Amino acid sequence: MRRALERISLIDVFMWIVGGSIIGIVLVGSVATIRSGQYSIRHWSDFLIFGVAQGSVYALIALGYTLVYGILRMINFAHGEVFMSGAYTAFFVADALSKSGFLGQNPLLGLLAVFAVSMATSVTVAVILERVAYRPLRRAPRLVPLITAIGASFFLQYTFRGFYGSGFKSYPEVPVLQGSWVWGGIVSIQRIQVLVIVAAGLLMLALYTYVQRTRAGKAMRAVSEDKDVAALMGINVDAVIVQTFIIGAALAGAAGVLYALMFRQVHFFMGFFPGIKAFTAAVLGGIGNIPGAMLGGLFLGIFESVGPILFLDGLGVPAPYQLKDAIAFTMLVLILIFRPTGILGERLARAKA
Amino acid sequence: MSKRMYLTLSVIVLASIVLAACAPSAPTAAPFVCTDTIGCVDIAPDASVHIAYALTVSGATSFLGEDSKGGIEIAIDDKGGKLLGHTIELTGEDSGCSADGGQSAGTKLAADPTIVGVVGTNCSSASRTASPLVTGAGMVMISPSATNPDLSNPDHPDYHVGYLRTAHNDLFQGRIAAQFAFNELKVKSAATIHDGSPYAESLQNVFADVFKELGGTITAQEAVNVGDVDMKPVLTKISTGSPEIIYFPIFEPEGDFMAAQAKEVSGLEDTILMGADGLFAVSFPGAAGQAAVGMYLSGPYVAGAAYDEFIAKWKAKFGGPPPSGFHAHAYDATNILLAAIEKVAVQDADGTLHVGRQALRDAVYATKDFNGLTGKLTCDVYGDCATGEALGVFKLTEAEVGGAWPPPVFWQP
Amino acid sequence: MKADKYRFTVPDAMRLGLISGAGAVLVSLVGMVKVFNERGIIAGVVSLGQIMILLILLIAGYIAARRATGGSRWAGLLQGGLAGLAAGACLAALVLLGSVINLRAMFVSASPELYKILTFDQGVVTGAGILLVVSAAVGVAGALLRQLPSRPRRTVIVASVWMLTLGLLQELLRLTLGGDAIRVFRWMFGTGGQKGLSIVGAVLVFAVVAVVHYQWTARNVNPRAWTRSLPPDRQRAVRWGSLALVALILFSLPNILGVYLSEVANAIGLFVLLGLGLNIVVGFAGLLDLGYVAFFAIGAYVMGVATTTAVGTGSGLIVYSPGFNFWQALPLAVLASVLAGVILGIPVLKMRGDYLAIVTLGFGEIIRILAISDFLKPYIGGSQGIVGVGVGQIGSFAFDEPQSLYYLVLAGCLLAAFVSTRLKDSRIGRAWMAMREDEDVAQAIGIDLVKTKLLAFATGAAFSGLSGAIFASKLGSIYPHSFSLLISINALSLIIVGGMGSIPGVIIGALALAGLPELLREFAEFRLLVYGAALMAMMLLRPEGLWPEETRRRELHDAAEGGESEPASEAAVGTN
Repeated sequence: MRRALERISLIDVFMWIVGGSIIGIVLVGSVATIRSGQYSIRHWSDFLIFGVAQGSVYALIALGYTLVYGILRMINFAHGEVFMSGAYTAFFVADALSKSGFLGQNPLLGLLAVFAVSMATSVTVAVILERVAYRPLRRAPRLVPLITAIGASFFLQYTFRGFYGSGFKSYPEVPVLQGSWVWGGIVSIQRIQVLVIVAAGLLMLALYTYVQRTRAGKAMRAVSEDKDVAALMGINVDAVIVQTFIIGAALAGAAGVLYALMFRQVHFFMGFFPGIKAFTAAVLGGIGNIPGAMLGGLFLGIFESVGPILFLDGLGVPAPYQLKDAIAFTMLVLILIFRPTGILGERLARAKA
Repeated sequence: MSKRMYLTLSVIVLASIVLAACAPSAPTAAPFVCTDTIGCVDIAPDASVHIAYALTVSGATSFLGEDSKGGIEIAIDDKGGKLLGHTIELTGEDSGCSADGGQSAGTKLAADPTIVGVVGTNCSSASRTASPLVTGAGMVMISPSATNPDLSNPDHPDYHVGYLRTAHNDLFQGRIAAQFAFNELKVKSAATIHDGSPYAESLQNVFADVFKELGGTITAQEAVNVGDVDMKPVLTKISTGSPEIIYFPIFEPEGDFMAAQAKEVSGLEDTILMGADGLFAVSFPGAAGQAAVGMYLSGPYVAGAAYDEFIAKWKAKFGGPPPSGFHAHAYDATNILLAAIEKVAVQDADGTLHVGRQALRDAVYATKDFNGLTGKLTCDVYGDCATGEALGVFKLTEAEVGGAWPPPVFWQP
Repeated sequence: MKADKYRFTVPDAMRLGLISGAGAVLVSLVGMVKVFNERGIIAGVVSLGQIMILLILLIAGYIAARRATGGSRWAGLLQGGLAGLAAGACLAALVLLGSVINLRAMFVSASPELYKILTFDQGVVTGAGILLVVSAAVGVAGALLRQLPSRPRRTVIVASVWMLTLGLLQELLRLTLGGDAIRVFRWMFGTGGQKGLSIVGAVLVFAVVAVVHYQWTARNVNPRAWTRSLPPDRQRAVRWGSLALVALILFSLPNILGVYLSEVANAIGLFVLLGLGLNIVVGFAGLLDLGYVAFFAIGAYVMGVATTTAVGTGSGLIVYSPGFNFWQALPLAVLASVLAGVILGIPVLKMRGDYLAIVTLGFGEIIRILAISDFLKPYIGGSQGIVGVGVGQIGSFAFDEPQSLYYLVLAGCLLAAFVSTRLKDSRIGRAWMAMREDEDVAQAIGIDLVKTKLLAFATGAAFSGLSGAIFASKLGSIYPHSFSLLISINALSLIIVGGMGSIPGVIIGALALAGLPELLREFAEFRLLVYGAALMAMMLLRPEGLWPEETRRRELHDAAEGGESEPASEAAVGTN
C-alpha cells in the first residue's frame, strides 16, 4: 500500500514537472517575443481576431460532436463529413445564384437560400447515417460504433468526391461581405469575420436556450442522463436521438457555409481536419457540454493563431506556424493534466449548474 | 460414384492443361543470342511492345498523373499505336505521391519482365523508392515531373543509373524564379513559404539561396501544413519583415488560400506574390479570385506550332485543357523511350523483336538534340535531359481569373 | 391454407427495391459503373461495372424472396421480380432525368457514357424499357436462386464468387505465375488488351469450382469434428503435422508468391506487427489509442537517424548519425519506442475513454508535425526525410528485397505473436483484461493500475517501434508524410475487423484491410470508398469481428439475445 502510494505520488510529480516545463517554455517564449518588439498592438489584435473567427467555426462543428456525445456517448467521427456535405452541395446553389446576379442584388435572400440548402443537405446525410449506420449499433460495445463512424467518414468523403469531382470549387464572392472595418488604426476586422463570429454566437445561444429552456431540450437532457429511465418516463428515445442528430447537422451545415464564405474553397476533403479540430475543441471544453464546446473552439482558434508567434517566435524556432497544431494539442494535454474532464467538465445535463 | 467423378474431372483438367501447353508450339530457328550485359526483352511476333507508367493517378495529386498519362497516350497515338510492326501496350501503376506508393508500384513493375521501359514517377518521393527497383530490374525509367536535385546528383544515395528525367531540376526553376524577381522585378527583399512537401521545401531553398547570392535579403522562410486554411497569421508574421515579394511554391488548395488571404493582411497589400508550377493549374486563378491578378507563376513553358498541334490532339481526345503543366514532358519522355527502342531493337525474320536492356539504356543516355515539345533535349550522364530552357514566368490577369487558360508567358530566361 | 400463412407484402418488396435502386443510383453517380465498365470480368461479355448493377438487382430479388417466407413458389418469384423492377425503375428514372436536365453540371459522373451503359446503348425510351424488363428478370433470377435447395444454392454462389474473383485478380495471377506458366494458361484469359477471363476460362472455372464444391459438401467434412473423433495420440500427430505444414508454407511463401506478392505480404506483415501491438493496448487493456502511429514513427526515425549514410550539411542530409548498422539500431529503435510509450503514457494515466483517444491522437500528430518541421530539420531531415537507411544483413544474406525481407518481417510477426499469446494468459494479461472490463473493480481487487497501464503502453509501443524500424529499412528512405493519422486508423480498424483481443483475428484483419487494398491498386480511385463501406458493413453485420476471441463472441451474442429488440432483429437479418 505504502509502495503504491509512493509510486502514484511519483507519477504526480512527473506530471507536475511536465506541466510546469510546458508552462515555463510558454512564459519564457512569450516574454522573449513581447520584448523583441517586433509585433505592434495592431498585430496582436489581428492575431486575436483571426483566432476568434476560426475558433467560432470550430465551435459550431464542435457542438455537433458534443450533442451526439452527450446523448449517445459516441464519437461521431463522420461529423466533419456532414459539415462538408452541406457546404459542398450548397456550392452549386451559391454558384448559380452568383452567376445570375441574384446574390449581388439580394444578398440576404440569396445567402438564406444557400444556408437552407446546406443545412438541409447536412441534416439529410446525418439522419440517413443515424438510421443506417448508428441505430443498429446502439447497444454494441463502444468501439464498434467508432469504427462504423470512421468507415462512414471515408465512405462519405469518397462518395462526394465521386459525385462532384476531386477538384476544388471556389465559392463566389459576396459583394456585401467584402471589405473591413477599422477602429483607431488598432483593430481591423473584416465584414465576413464579423458575420462568422456573430452568426456563430447567435446559433450557440439559440441552441443553449433550446436545450435548457424548452420541453424538447429537457427531453434531450433526460435521454442524456439515462436512456432507459427516459424511456420509462414516456420519452421517445429514438425521436430524441434523431432530433439531436438533426440539430447537430444543421449547425454543421451552417458552419459549412460560414467556412466557405470565409475561405471561399470547398472540396471533398474539407471536413476532415476541421472535424478533428472540432472534436479536440469539444474535449478541450469538456465533451458533452455546450458552453464548453464554445469555449473550447475559441480557445483552440486563439491558440492556433496567437500561440506559434507568442510562444515560439521569441525562442528563435524557425517557421513557427508549422508547429501550430502541435501547440494546439500540447495545450490540450496541458489542460487535461490539470482538469481531466476539460475546462468546464463534461455532461450535457450537468452543464446547467 | 464420387471417386469416379473426381477421376474424370482431374483427367479433364490435366488434359486441357497439356493441350494448352502444346498448342502455341515454340517457333523454331531463333538464331538471336542475347549478349546484353543486363539481359534482353524478347517480343514474339504476335506480342506487343510493353511500356508502363508509374504515375499518381489517384488521390489529391491525381491531376498531375492524369496530365502525364494523357501525354504518354498521345505520344503512342502519334506512332499509330505501333512500333516496328508490333502494337504498343501501355499498362500502369498508381505510384501515388509518396515513398510507399513508389515502392509498391516499383515492385510490381519490376516483377513484370515484359516491360521494356517505364515513364514515371510524378513525385520525387515516389521516384526515390521506385527508381532503384525499376532500374534494378534492368528497365530504363524516365520521369516527366520529378524535379528534386538529389535524383541526378551522383554523390547522393538517390541517384541510380538508368533513371532519367525530362522534367527540369529544381536547381533550374528556383534559380530562374530568383533571377526573375531580383533582375526583372528589381525587388531586393523576399520571403518564402513552403508546405512541408519535399518539392516545395527544396524549391524555396534554392530560391532563397540564389536570391541571397544575387544580393537580395530573405526576410523570412516560413512554412504551413497541408490542410491549413487560415493563412492570415503566418502572413501577418511575414508582413512584419515587409518583404517586396513572397515566393510560395506550394500546391492547391493551400496556395489558393495563401494568394486570396495575402491581400487581406495589412502591410502586404502591395507585396508581389509568386508561385510555381504547383499552382500552375486551371482551377487556381478562379479559386484565388481577384487576389490572383498580377500574381506571377514560374513553371514549364512550352510553345510553338508543334505544341499547338499537341493541344489540339489533347482537346480532341480528352476534351478541355490539360490539367497541369507536365503533359509535354511526358510526351517527350515517351518519344525518347520509343525512339531508343526503335534504334536498338533487333528484328528476326519472323518479326520477333529483341531489345537489349543495356543497349536501350545507352541509347536513351545518348539522346542528343532531340526535337521535343519542351525544346531541344540532350540527356547528360546523370540523367537530366532538360536544361531549363522550357521554363518561363507567367503573369495572371483578369482574363485568367475569368477562366482563360493557360496564361501567356511573361518572361523567359 | 398456404395462402393465409403467406404474407404477400408488395410494399415490402417495393421498399426493398427502392433501397437497392438508391444503391444502384449511388454507385452510378459516384462513377464506379462507368469506370468499371472498362474493366472486363469475362472479356468481351460482361464488365465489372455491369456486374455491380446486376449484383445489386440480384441481391434485391434474393432478399425479397427470402422475406416472402412460407408462400408459394410463384409468389416468391413475383416478389423478387417486383423488387428488381422497383430498383430498375430508380435507374430508369435517373436516365430519364438525365436526358431532360443536365445533371452533369453537378454530378461529374452523370455522363452520356453512363446513360449508354444503363440503356444498353438503345436510346433513352427503348433503353429504359429494356432496363425495366432486365431488372425484373434479374430480380426473378435472384428469387429463383433463393428458392434453390440450400446445397446447390451454395454451390452456385461459391462458384460465381470464384469466377468473379479470378476475373478481378487476372493481372495478379499473371504476375505471380510468371511468363512461362501464363503462356500455358493463356486461353483462360482475355486476349489483345482485354482484361478478365475468356469465355472458356470463365465456364471452366465455374464448372470446376461447382463440381468440387458440390462433391465436398456432399461428404460433409468438418475438420475439427474429424480431428476430435481421433484417438489422442493421432490427434497430437495431426496437430503437429498441420503445424509443420503451416511452417513449411510460411517458409516457402516468397518463392510461391513471387516478388510483387511478397512485397504485399511484407506490407501486410508490418500491419500485423502494428496490429498485434495495438491489440495489447486496445484489445487486452481497453485503452483506446488513436495515436499509435507515433511509436511507428519513432521506431522508423531512430532506425533512420542511426543508420543513414547521408550525413552532411547539404540539402537532404542530416548533420549527425552514429553510423550504426541495422542490428545495432534495431534494439535502439525498439527501446526508444518503449521509452516513448512510457513517457506518453504517464500524462494520460488518469484519462479515460474518449479523452484518452483524443490526447493520443494529438500525440501522434505532434510527432508527425515535429518530424516535418523546419525546427528539427537539421537532425531528422524535415520534409526531405532521411535517405540511405541501413539494410539488415546476416553474413552475405541481406534483407534488401521483398523476398528476403519477408523472413525478417515473418520473424518479427512470429515473435510478436508468441509474446502476445504468452502475455494473454499470464498474470499481467489477466490484469489487463480485468482493467478493460472495469477499472475501478480492477483497482479494488488489487491491480496496480499505473504499472499495468504503463506496461500495456510499453509493450504495444515496442511492437510498433519494431514495425517502424523494419518499415524504414524496407523503404530505404523515410518521409514524415508516411506517418499520418491514417496508419493509426488502419491499425485500429484491422484489430476490430479481425476481432478485438484475438491474435489470429489481427492476422485476418491485416489480410483484409492492408492486403486487399494493395491487391486492388488497379481500382485506386474507389479504394477508400470501398474501404469505408466495408468497415461499416462489417460492423453492422459482424460486430464481433472475423475471428473473434471466444469470450467476446459469447458476450456479444448474449447481449444480442438478451438486449432489446432493435439490435437483435437487425443482427438476425444480417447473419441469415
